[in-house]
Amino acid sequence: MKQKIRIAAGQGFWGDLPDAPVRQVEGGPVDYLMLDYLAEVTMSIMQKQRSRDPSAGYAKDFVSLMKQILPACVERNIRVTANAGGVNVEGCANAVRDVARELGLEGKLRIGIVTGDNIMPKLDELLSRGIELRNMDTGATLSSVRERIQSANVYLGAAPMVEALNRGAQIVITGRATDTGLTLAPLMHEFGWAADDWNKMAAGTIAGHIIECGAQCSGGNCQYEWRSIPNLANVGFPIVEAMPDGAFVITKHEGTGGWVIIPSVKEQLVYEMGDPHSYITPDCIADFTTVRLEYEGRDRVRVYGIEGRPATDTFKISISYSAGYKAVGTLVYSWPEAYDKARAADRILRARLDRLGLKFDQILTEFVGANATHGPLAGEPPADLPEVQLRVGVRGEDRKAVERFTKEIAPLVLTGPPGVTGFAGGRPKVEEIVAYWPALLPKNEIKPAVSVIDV
Amino acid sequence: MKVKLTKLAHARSGDKGDTANVGLIALREEVYPILVREVTAERVKQHFKGICKGDVERFELPNLGALNFLLHESLDGGGTLSLMTDAQGKTFSSALLRMEVDVSNDEARQLEL
Repeated sequence: MKQKIRIAAGQGFWGDLPDAPVRQVEGGPVDYLMLDYLAEVTMSIMQKQRSRDPSAGYAKDFVSLMKQILPACVERNIRVTANAGGVNVEGCANAVRDVARELGLEGKLRIGIVTGDNIMPKLDELLSRGIELRNMDTGATLSSVRERIQSANVYLGAAPMVEALNRGAQIVITGRATDTGLTLAPLMHEFGWAADDWNKMAAGTIAGHIIECGAQCSGGNCQYEWRSIPNLANVGFPIVEAMPDGAFVITKHEGTGGWVIIPSVKEQLVYEMGDPHSYITPDCIADFTTVRLEYEGRDRVRVYGIEGRPATDTFKISISYSAGYKAVGTLVYSWPEAYDKARAADRILRARLDRLGLKFDQILTEFVGANATHGPLAGEPPADLPEVQLRVGVRGEDRKAVERFTKEIAPLVLTGPPGVTGFAGGRPKVEEIVAYWPALLPKNEIKPAVSVIDV
Repeated sequence: MKVKLTKLAHARSGDKGDTANVGLIALREEVYPILVREVTAERVKQHFKGICKGDVERFELPNLGALNFLLHESLDGGGTLSLMTDAQGKTFSSALLRMEVDVSNDEARQLEL
């Protein structure tokens, strides 16, 4: 058994720095690269892509990334865990296999495929058996939006990924799987951790949580002493250096920018946190109040003492559904009296929307430069603001009403207060809202499937 | 004396649906008890008046010298529904740091404020 495993995070979200995973592979020793591609609404985007083209529906950038780094991964035996498969995991795996063959890597690696997360086909059957799939936030039953559902997936945990690794997969591709599982699975595989060794499950989960947002634990978006953070232009993405006993070090490659310090790790620990005693994943319940931190050298923070509890008997599922339309329009008002002019324009716009008889579920006005982020906490802005952006959004079920709204923005330039510009982008776009519905499903309803293909 | 939280803590915030979370972290170990005493769920609810329409929950993490706040019904529905510039609640962290708290003269001396 190896005494130390280095897992590098290559993406904080789908759309993060394209070079980051390449730098993680080339910048120093790593054993694993983990890549998180799926935000909450990504599955519905992929579902739409696949309905237009049956061979689509996964993160195509993952395939081009593999083309770039596979030779190095094979040569140095770096394994990859990625939830890049979206709603077409086999399609993604086949594309990676084709790329590997093009690179002359035939017979040199195996690809693991984890499926079983898609519950769209059995949704009605579940509902008919009285499994209501209530919205965890609102308590509403799923039948209220049944006709508008676009995708429905279980968040799978580490277990099926471990199976794929045990069967020799060098690249493990999943559909919807937790980002923490992408880090925990390699540790379970390498160290032989038992799935009911709750403290270790929690340690691997928290390691995953710390690195799953990429550089957000290594200097990016770091509020602590932000002016002093070195060389963010070349920010180093985080690496977990894990030990068999569950302790681990957060670090980054030599010579990269950013920093790994206790405050930067603390900021990421509390990010998107609910009840810190109970961070629930499919693999365990991790207790963030047991985390201990200490320095182990420059850009090295040791994390230890983590405790966990048994996993729950439910999986979290994510359902996406169509929830109406929205559009946001903006105009910029300049000095003098910029804020007053923007406010007057907002009043005029609202009067016109009223006269047109347009109904919306929500109309929201913000004044960027005055109060868009901190709202009333920002207080009254100074009288001589150099400029203010008026930003008005509407949301509603009626697409026509939202479309009509988009035609009322640019005319304010010739029919409203003076000193206005910033309309060059044309009419605002009407967007379909694909909303997210979190729910719980008993684990015994789901059978994850693992297969392995040789390149 | 009144002290702004920017002098005592740093923070990071994020979202889960229509709930914003703010993790408030003491800049120094000695500051944590002041945060526990002063930055109560009630005061945070009051501070975010007009922004947070639901309850505020508070959790303590003495191991990190941190408090975690959940501000329910704060993001105009959250996620893709929200029309807000900050639909993900990313700037709630700095908004909380605007709060002023009471620090005794002894504490101020000890912390060299």
